[in-house]
Amino acid sequence: MSLSDLPAHELVRRLTAGETSAVAIIEATLGRIEAVEGRAPSTANYQPQPGDDTAVHAYISLQREQALERARAIDAQIARGEQPGPLAGVPLSVKDIFCVEGTPATAGSKMLENYVAPYTATPVARLEAAGAIVLGKVNLDEYAFGSSNESSAFQPSPRNPWDPSRVPGGSSGGSAASVAAGEAVLSLGTDTAGSVRQPAAFCGVVGLKPTYGRVSRYGLIAFGSSLDCPGPITRTVRDAALMLNTMAGPDAHDSTAANVPVPDFTAGLDHGVRGLRIGLSPDYFRLRYPDPATGELRDQTVPDEVAAPVWRAVELLRQAGAEIVENVPMPNTHLAVPAYFVISRVEAASNLHRFDGVKYGHRTAAPVSDLHEMYRKTRAEAFGLQPKLRILMGMYVSGAQYAKQYYQRALRVRTLIRRDFEAAFDPNGPYRCDVLATPTTPTPAFKLGAVYGDSVLMQYADLLTVPANHAGTPGISVPAGLSAEGLPLGLQFLAADWQEATLLRAAAGYEQLTAGEAWRSARPAMLAPASA
Amino acid sequence: MPDEISPDLFVRLSVLAALELDPRESEYLRRQLNGQLKVVADLERIAVPDDVPPAAHGVPFPPEIRSALRADQALVDPVLAARILRQAPEGEEGYFVVPDIQHTQL
Repeated sequence: MSLSDLPAHELVRRLTAGETSAVAIIEATLGRIEAVEGRAPSTANYQPQPGDDTAVHAYISLQREQALERARAIDAQIARGEQPGPLAGVPLSVKDIFCVEGTPATAGSKMLENYVAPYTATPVARLEAAGAIVLGKVNLDEYAFGSSNESSAFQPSPRNPWDPSRVPGGSSGGSAASVAAGEAVLSLGTDTAGSVRQPAAFCGVVGLKPTYGRVSRYGLIAFGSSLDCPGPITRTVRDAALMLNTMAGPDAHDSTAANVPVPDFTAGLDHGVRGLRIGLSPDYFRLRYPDPATGELRDQTVPDEVAAPVWRAVELLRQAGAEIVENVPMPNTHLAVPAYFVISRVEAASNLHRFDGVKYGHRTAAPVSDLHEMYRKTRAEAFGLQPKLRILMGMYVSGAQYAKQYYQRALRVRTLIRRDFEAAFDPNGPYRCDVLATPTTPTPAFKLGAVYGDSVLMQYADLLTVPANHAGTPGISVPAGLSAEGLPLGLQFLAADWQEATLLRAAAGYEQLTAGEAWRSARPAMLAPASA
Repeated sequence: MPDEISPDLFVRLSVLAALELDPRESEYLRRQLNGQLKVVADLERIAVPDDVPPAAHGVPFPPEIRSALRADQALVDPVLAARILRQAPEGEEGYFVVPDIQHTQL
């Protein structure tokens, strides 16, 4: 086992005990990248090459020398007897939608292909201050618009390390793939409809979406400003807690980063689940979504293979002392995707207006007669299909004559979705849940090309994650076993505002209860040659 | 059921969106938009009581958890300013340069 396969908390222990060095950790991780990453993606017209389908392709840009330099500085700090940070020497990949000063920030778009960030995003700055070492920026759906990572302008897009013929999920696909493949130990992603939790489930890693406002969005290229949440992708629940400890808290640069106390999220991880009230909602197991075969919307039950791990987890948690609350009504869950089609598009269209070829990014080289023509040509050339779709939809449903029918109604439905969560977690209500347990995704990772192109079907990959984005509440996906085809399956816990500590306690409890199970020792197929 | 977004409406929309689209791309995008609107129609299948207010965001954000706003003062940082201006596709003496704005006779 390589150092890059160890969790962050173990690496920090070894580093501070003098059993290894930061340089050794970074070199081991760069070695893994060398072994499994494959050719670097680019915006050039994609021509498949032999080997594309046997490599991870997680990174858009790598900062090898800077990472080694940082590692040497941390080793020197330790040699001087100074305390390194709580994430000292830990290799970190960053979704390429965050700014890291002096390095490219592309958002997976041709529009920002040559953009160099002039400053560093707050969550990245805090992780670096804690000693984490940024290795590079990882691929994503263009502007985070997608659930498979296939829409990136940078191709080849990331593959799922468990089966490279399948997608890693999205939009934080590069993040999840890099962590699953040991090309990073931690990754920073963003979750607007499930973009941390869904790829984490697809790649067999842990993905945490904090409460909206828990982590600053300063330095994050905006998608849906009322929905976006930076969040950790890790291999263990403890590492997710460590990352959140570092990133959480108010920020003078983001007025939506809330001024609420930040507890030590690792404190309750070993407390077990005795006394926790864990809710099950039938509305997360039977709901309205497209038939995978015909594409027609109909009421259906989620497949047995994604539901079974949840039932099993709940039984284990019950045996360990948790109280199970059945039949918690969440009746508006099925409306979360339709409402998201409206709200996220309006916010995305608004945020994308800044990309106009004036201040930064791509500008058309074609001759133009005036400013408007420059806008139109620039945006047509540099935006892919997904940003174009979102701009058009956002403008349509927020237009003066349609806003009441669409945008205002979607915002009111959002209130109903929020009320479902408030009722489930109300400490004085009939259910008094501490957490809800659900599947993370309606299916395991799908094949590359199987869904991409059908924007409706793709959006429904977020069916079970997006309600929490509307509500602003936190959620976590943890690995919960493998499908018959050997693909990872996710278990999602959801909690009330600011209750990440409870969420992490439940997730850690489940992780500990299943620590000895055979599926836990299974490794992604792509790592077989690398780890031999 | 006819498409909600007709080809004519799509053309108007793409002008508003400042996107110059070729016919093949336009037809794909229009089809996807209409498919999405069929899903969005689900929002109208349920009764939303009149007293349900719109939620611009999920988590309540009362004054006690809001941070104080920064002082309203200019930050003069020529190095950062130069770094930002260097990213401009075209610039001159600290200004962004753009093609002429279309003149309309009022």
